[in-house]
Amino acid sequence: MKPFMHLVAAAATVAFSTVLVAAPAAAAEAPDALVKRISNEVIDSVKADKDIQGGNRSKIMGLVNEKILPYVDAEKMTQQAAGRHWRAATPEQKQKLTKEFRDLLVYTYAGALSTIKNETVEFKPMRGSPTDSDVEVRSQVNVSRGEPITLNYRLSNDSGSWKIYDVNVLGAWLVQTYTSTFNTEITKNGVDGLIKRLADRNAQLASKPLAAPAK
Amino acid sequence: MNHTVTLSHLRLCAAAAAVLVLTGCATTNNPQDPLEGYNRAMFAVNDTVDRAVLKPVATGYKKVVPEFAQTGVGNFFGNLSDAWSSINNLLQGKGEQAGTDFGRVALNSTFGIFGLFDIASEAGMQKSDEDFGQTLGKWGVPSGPYLILPLLGPSTVRDTAALPADIGGDIWKYKEPANWRNIGAGIRIVDTRASLLDASGLLEDAALDRYEFLRDGYLQRRQSQVYDGDVPRQADEAEEAAPAASEKRQ
Repeated sequence: MKPFMHLVAAAATVAFSTVLVAAPAAAAEAPDALVKRISNEVIDSVKADKDIQGGNRSKIMGLVNEKILPYVDAEKMTQQAAGRHWRAATPEQKQKLTKEFRDLLVYTYAGALSTIKNETVEFKPMRGSPTDSDVEVRSQVNVSRGEPITLNYRLSNDSGSWKIYDVNVLGAWLVQTYTSTFNTEITKNGVDGLIKRLADRNAQLASKPLAAPAK
Repeated sequence: MNHTVTLSHLRLCAAAAAVLVLTGCATTNNPQDPLEGYNRAMFAVNDTVDRAVLKPVATGYKKVVPEFAQTGVGNFFGNLSDAWSSINNLLQGKGEQAGTDFGRVALNSTFGIFGLFDIASEAGMQKSDEDFGQTLGKWGVPSGPYLILPLLGPSTVRDTAALPADIGGDIWKYKEPANWRNIGAGIRIVDTRASLLDASGLLEDAALDRYEFLRDGYLQRRQSQVYDGDVPRQADEAEEAAPAASEKRQ
């Protein structure tokens, strides 16, 4: 029994010290390493969890909230999608708009997660200099059928840590794809009109079951 | 769907587009979409057809047909398009990728049993879907206005001009007898739609205005395809700057 307890104690010590060592290392994590880590963690979690594959909403949301959102700069995303209208918005509108836009992205992302099956992600070499504060991390998802899917990320380091502020799927940047809609809606019904439309859509998505899982 | 049908539709569409250009229908907020009035109308027509016929059939197909068979169908037609992709890579001066595509066709047509198995992908030879629209883009032809084609969906004036070549480069077009050709073409359309069901479901969730979302996503994607995923940041920003310029005019 004694050697076993020693082992446990040793394991605990190692685990604890790893945490201590890993914490400062995480702060200095390079952008490509960060994206790679998040991506692997998310895919592994989905592949290991039958509930998620089955479309269990609360589990998927938990995964997104825990693994992805801390590394996303939702405000910067919203600001860019709103373009020139951002400056005209009040702080309260900015905050609400950011929340609703982030929620919409989370809902759609959650829908995409439940469709992950045998895909593998391949990262491409980074370009640019290590001192850049704005970088693009490029990857592709190899699927069992057809051309690999481009999946690129833009990250910026504005406040000491890297955060994702735009994603490119199949060649289209998400923020740019929303820019027209934001502009049209704000021009027609103001910032509050856009906030309301986003909130309505989110309410609708929250009550709808996630896409039925593929066989 | 028969290819003669497709061609006559194209003529019809070209005529419709010409009429609309002449009569003018500018309700636009995107400089790349001067035909928005016509496009939205055609988008609605296509959407109705899709909801009434294509989507239900594709949904049934996806449920009923075993997954390996669906993969086989996709691979079979994918193999045919690899041949055309190879030629387009060659036309774009990308010898290495043309070689890869050619190798894919050779490998998949033989050891992959008429293309039913995509063993080339498993061997690390990645598929690259090149068409003549991309070739024209690579040669410097601008995309021109966004254009929704009847039944075929999103395109641009350049890509529409390239369509006859793409249709001519499609090996299945020469399949005899005609009824096999037509059955094959039908299965191909349903299979393609089935493979897009997840994506179109996401689109419905993500987009506040599906028309705008699809347009802005599609135009970016095509540009990215022309540059093989490597859109220079300046070209990218020029595109982004363009809508901003139009906003000021409003």
